[in-house]
Amino acid sequence: MTLTATIEGIGFWAPGLPGWDAARAFACEGRLPEGAPARPSPQLLPPNERRRAPDTVAVALDVALAACAMAQRDARTLPSVFASMHGDLAITDYMCATLASDPAAVSPIRFHNSVHNAAAGYWTIGAGAMAPATAISAFDATFAQGLLEAVAQLAAGAEAVLLVGYDSASTGPLAQVSASQGLLGGALVLSRRDDGLRLALALADGEADPSAGPLARHAAGNAMAPMLPLFDALAAGHAGCRLKAGPGRILQVDLTND
Amino acid sequence: MTAPAVQPAPPPMTPLAIRAFTATSALGRGLAAHREALAARRSGLRRNDFGPQPLETWIGRVDGVEDAPLPADWGRWECRNNRLAWLALQQDGVLDAVRDAVARHGAERVALVIGTSTSSIGATEEAYTRLQPGDDGAQRFPADLDRSIVHTPHSLGDFVQQTTGARGPCVTVATACSSSAKVFAQAARLIEAGVVDAALVGGVDTLCGSVLFGFNSLQLVSKNRCTPFDAGRDGLSLGEAGGFALLERARDGEPGLQLRGYGESSDAHHMSAPHPEGLGAQLAMREALARGGVAPEQVDYLNLHGTATPANDRAESLAVAALFPDTLHASSTKAYTGHTLGAAGIVESVIALLALQTGRLPGTLGATTPDPACGPQIRFDDAQREARYAMNNSFGFGGNNCSLLFARA
Repeated sequence: MTLTATIEGIGFWAPGLPGWDAARAFACEGRLPEGAPARPSPQLLPPNERRRAPDTVAVALDVALAACAMAQRDARTLPSVFASMHGDLAITDYMCATLASDPAAVSPIRFHNSVHNAAAGYWTIGAGAMAPATAISAFDATFAQGLLEAVAQLAAGAEAVLLVGYDSASTGPLAQVSASQGLLGGALVLSRRDDGLRLALALADGEADPSAGPLARHAAGNAMAPMLPLFDALAAGHAGCRLKAGPGRILQVDLTND
Repeated sequence: MTAPAVQPAPPPMTPLAIRAFTATSALGRGLAAHREALAARRSGLRRNDFGPQPLETWIGRVDGVEDAPLPADWGRWECRNNRLAWLALQQDGVLDAVRDAVARHGAERVALVIGTSTSSIGATEEAYTRLQPGDDGAQRFPADLDRSIVHTPHSLGDFVQQTTGARGPCVTVATACSSSAKVFAQAARLIEAGVVDAALVGGVDTLCGSVLFGFNSLQLVSKNRCTPFDAGRDGLSLGEAGGFALLERARDGEPGLQLRGYGESSDAHHMSAPHPEGLGAQLAMREALARGGVAPEQVDYLNLHGTATPANDRAESLAVAALFPDTLHASSTKAYTGHTLGAAGIVESVIALLALQTGRLPGTLGATTPDPACGPQIRFDDAQREARYAMNNSFGFGGNNCSLLFARA
């Protein structure tokens, strides 16, 4: 089994690295930009909603829009795959704390924002995209399974697809069992074109690459860190990487550029 | 109004055989319990008796989950949601069928694609009611719930992987109430792309405070038994359920039940309210039919999402009327099981498959007064007829829609 796709667009956000250009400069030259914002401001949302959006929604929409812009693809036309290990941990903490103290006080907005596909929902609404959107989790194999689903969508007939990986910081007592620090997002627009920067996927037994690259070390504490070997490989122009795809399983990603 | 994005016609899909399937819900454990309850028009709903401060409403609760702990080897995954998964997996030969697929194809060639909305968040909720101060003074989970895997959405997929031994892609799909319909689409793609030869799909959701008080906060919960498509409907009844199906490529000319099409779309409208004309629902149904090469007039039965909220049922009936002739038999079975959220896709697919097997097409239990806004396709009474094609609609928060097309070959 080998599946292939062309990478048309890349989006990235991590604390101190508010975009793919900044991430590449950091990975190649060790340079952190000055004055990086503490939180992404997703331009897809109306101004009054940008601050109110949950962190996971803010980062997912920011990197998704950046990847679509780089790909010069109309966001309305793209099916999308949203991959997050935990969803919004701060909202889970809020829901469980409120249910334990005063269940009737649960906020209706926080409740509908608690669904795992909240970012996917805000994305399709903001972009005006009636194309399909999905939201998945596969523990520490979440990004690899999202990448596999995105490329399987191309194999099943989609012209291009958006993949977004993201996780947020855990808060409250939940942080002891679901440790995740900072905010992290990465997005790819993948297509059936057969030129440019290409990736080929293969599942195999094995262990994923250790988190040795500069981006992997920079955001090591985030639950979506298992995606970072791919972004490190893309930044450094390496030939590929091995992503965790399940217990004892890897997704081998080979990168070529022509 | 946003015009629907023009979608190119999807390529036809290879028919997938449904080798085994099952559901466990408030109607009981397994297919026989569901067949019998549907034939007797017997609701599984009861007055809410879940949790320490039960809201005034009706629920579809699965009996006996409290008395069915997981086998000791799987203690790490212990929680209500995985208990229900385990109960459901043991019915109707599904577990044997997936283990047989592992033996025939190899463990790496069998995928697990499982849907849920809230997974085992009930365990996290419980931990927050029993927090204990640690040595550092910070509030900590009690020792029996200090297990990371049950506090994350993939708790369900990971547990199913333990029970089956499959080593192909293992994914938890969590798109709210469309979750366990979308698993069929994702599994079909994995088989189509040659990644695997078989896939166990399904979904499990259990009652918990998050959904009872959350849906209540949105004023979407009825105080009474839900009455889908009735003129006086005033909200949903929540439920819990689990179900599974094993999919493999169908052999040429092979008789039996098949998945023939799937359609997915987004409303691009609102986080918790459907598009008023059901445009996203229409797109999903059209795509499912197109993938299967089946015309709307060929469809014998459609199991509706039909939650019994005023907005959903109106929008869905408009979408159905825009697409299907008056002769379609469409119904909601939510008053049998309650709205089982992330499990609704699989449970109602199972009901559609039973309709293909028996020719008994369920009516809309609970509804007595037709809503003039809903078209003639919406049936309150049961019907008996030879059925070749059946569909199932599942729609979720975020405007996430999925429609499935099944056939009896």
